[in-house]
Amino acid sequence: MPEEGVNLQKRRFLTTTTAVVGAVGAGFAAVPFIANWQPSQRARAAGAPEEADISGLAAGGLLRVKWRGKVCWIVRRTPQQVSELQALDSQLADPNSLASRQPVYCTNPHRSIKPDYFVAIGICTHLGCSPTFRPEVGPADLGADWQGGFYCPCHGSKFDMAGRVYAGVPAPTNLEIPPHRYLSDDVILIGTDGGDA
Amino acid sequence: MSLINWVDRRFPATKVWNEHLAEYYAPKNFNFWYFFGSLALLVLVNQIVTGVWLAMAYKPSAAEAFASVEYIMRDMDYGWLIRYLHSTGASAFFVVVYLHMFRGLIYGSYREPRELVWIIGLVIYLIMMATAFFGYLLPWGQMSYWGAQVIVNLFAAVPFVGEDLSVWIRGDYVISDATLNRFFALHFLLPFVLAALVFIHIVALHKVGSNNPDGIEIKQNKDEQGIPKDGIRFHPYYTVKDTVGVGVFLIFFTAVVFFWPDVGGLFLEAPNFEPANPLKTPEHIAPVWYFTPFYAMLRAIPPMFGSQFPGVLVMFASILILFALPWLDRSPVKSIRYKGGIFKFAITLFAISFVILGYLGMIPSTRVILGLEASFWAQIFTGLYFLFFILMPWYSRLNQAQPVPERVTA
Repeated sequence: MPEEGVNLQKRRFLTTTTAVVGAVGAGFAAVPFIANWQPSQRARAAGAPEEADISGLAAGGLLRVKWRGKVCWIVRRTPQQVSELQALDSQLADPNSLASRQPVYCTNPHRSIKPDYFVAIGICTHLGCSPTFRPEVGPADLGADWQGGFYCPCHGSKFDMAGRVYAGVPAPTNLEIPPHRYLSDDVILIGTDGGDA
Repeated sequence: MSLINWVDRRFPATKVWNEHLAEYYAPKNFNFWYFFGSLALLVLVNQIVTGVWLAMAYKPSAAEAFASVEYIMRDMDYGWLIRYLHSTGASAFFVVVYLHMFRGLIYGSYREPRELVWIIGLVIYLIMMATAFFGYLLPWGQMSYWGAQVIVNLFAAVPFVGEDLSVWIRGDYVISDATLNRFFALHFLLPFVLAALVFIHIVALHKVGSNNPDGIEIKQNKDEQGIPKDGIRFHPYYTVKDTVGVGVFLIFFTAVVFFWPDVGGLFLEAPNFEPANPLKTPEHIAPVWYFTPFYAMLRAIPPMFGSQFPGVLVMFASILILFALPWLDRSPVKSIRYKGGIFKFAITLFAISFVILGYLGMIPSTRVILGLEASFWAQIFTGLYFLFFILMPWYSRLNQAQPVPERVTA
């Protein structure tokens, strides 16, 4: 095609604007495909609060409930386990839970609403394995200093009976505590606390 | 007028055949290291064929996946064979690709003018790893589930957007039916992407010509017809030679398929014979052997600033650094044959570090070896792995190279 009489400036302008408009269009066209990967309405609905009956939970025992597909623990601590928590502070990475995720009403030394009942999401804050409940004191594999708590089999993270992480293990923060509240003395509702905390 | 003439006027059949096979001149001094490229192609074909057959009976849903794999194994004629060909093929793919990459390392096949061949190869390797990862979730066993949980959570470690990113990848707040179904779709798609990339890898290779154990350019010595004096036609010479390699490979491959498909837990891990249980993590989890070197590096790095992101970064960096290799090597020669002791020492140390990291990634990080925890040893060998690359611009230049011959040696 002869180049004479061609307005090259106009041609370049048209090429560029067409390309830009096309790119914007492609960007918009990509939105449905990317948004499609988000959790579906059904998956979001499955995130509804879950009721847990704790009347059968003995002292020192652990109950597993599923909320949003995640495992949630309810541990009924013995008075001795509660009283020993503060003695561990010096060995922990975040003893006062300042960098950890929990509702405000659980930002206290025992990390719970009632001192004896501990509610937490049973997923390690390192890479998402579910730690093992190890309430015994001084077992052979965890050492004589072990005061009971949770041990993650995947990468060796250790947590105390309040889900507080020990210093020097892979997990960076304490176990997360979900929003929850007591419907009665025997029933805990996990997933909502009625407020917006 | 013959049929081939009719076709050639409409499609360049003879031209392509000649360019890539009958008149592609490859150096005549290839040794056994040169089998692994064609073997990788063979295994890819095996994976696609057995994979499509498995997909005909497999059910990608959390409720049915585990049972459908057992159904294939027990109730379908030769279902066990097709599945074991596929599961053994996955490991065999990594065996031949690791050897293929090591061949490139020792003979300097990543050097100018083959940088793009190397880089396209690395992209193939990355896609292969993604494919293997997606595929490992499909049997929906305990190791499938918790392995995927750990790997997807690597993305959650990304600052600020990590949490949302991992939910987006899973399509749920945990690994679930939605995750399984999409991983199946991606696992089916990616092998075809691989096939396309293999084609590009070969086109790039045939543009610059194959390297060889002497690391010299055969195109610099051509006869009157413009044919490299040290080159031989790929077909029939190397097609026939590669057939022998295929025979030997199949002896080993089928021995594993028929007699030892789990390889003592290396190819098929014991916890994966148990259905996925989101409420209980197995006592000890480790990825399949081909990911363990990188897994060991991930675990070696302690959390910093309240985040495990540094470990994730180191793990990805260990692969990404391979992309820089063509520009890190400043040696005047390509092949290990003419490189001096420093390079031979460095690459031996590198290979040993990689194997040891592979072992360390399989065992619990708290296990004590020679008085020190496995995670300590992982830190040492992670350091050595990276030093191989980081120091290369210096030691490859210091290295006393020997004179390179004009023509290839026998």
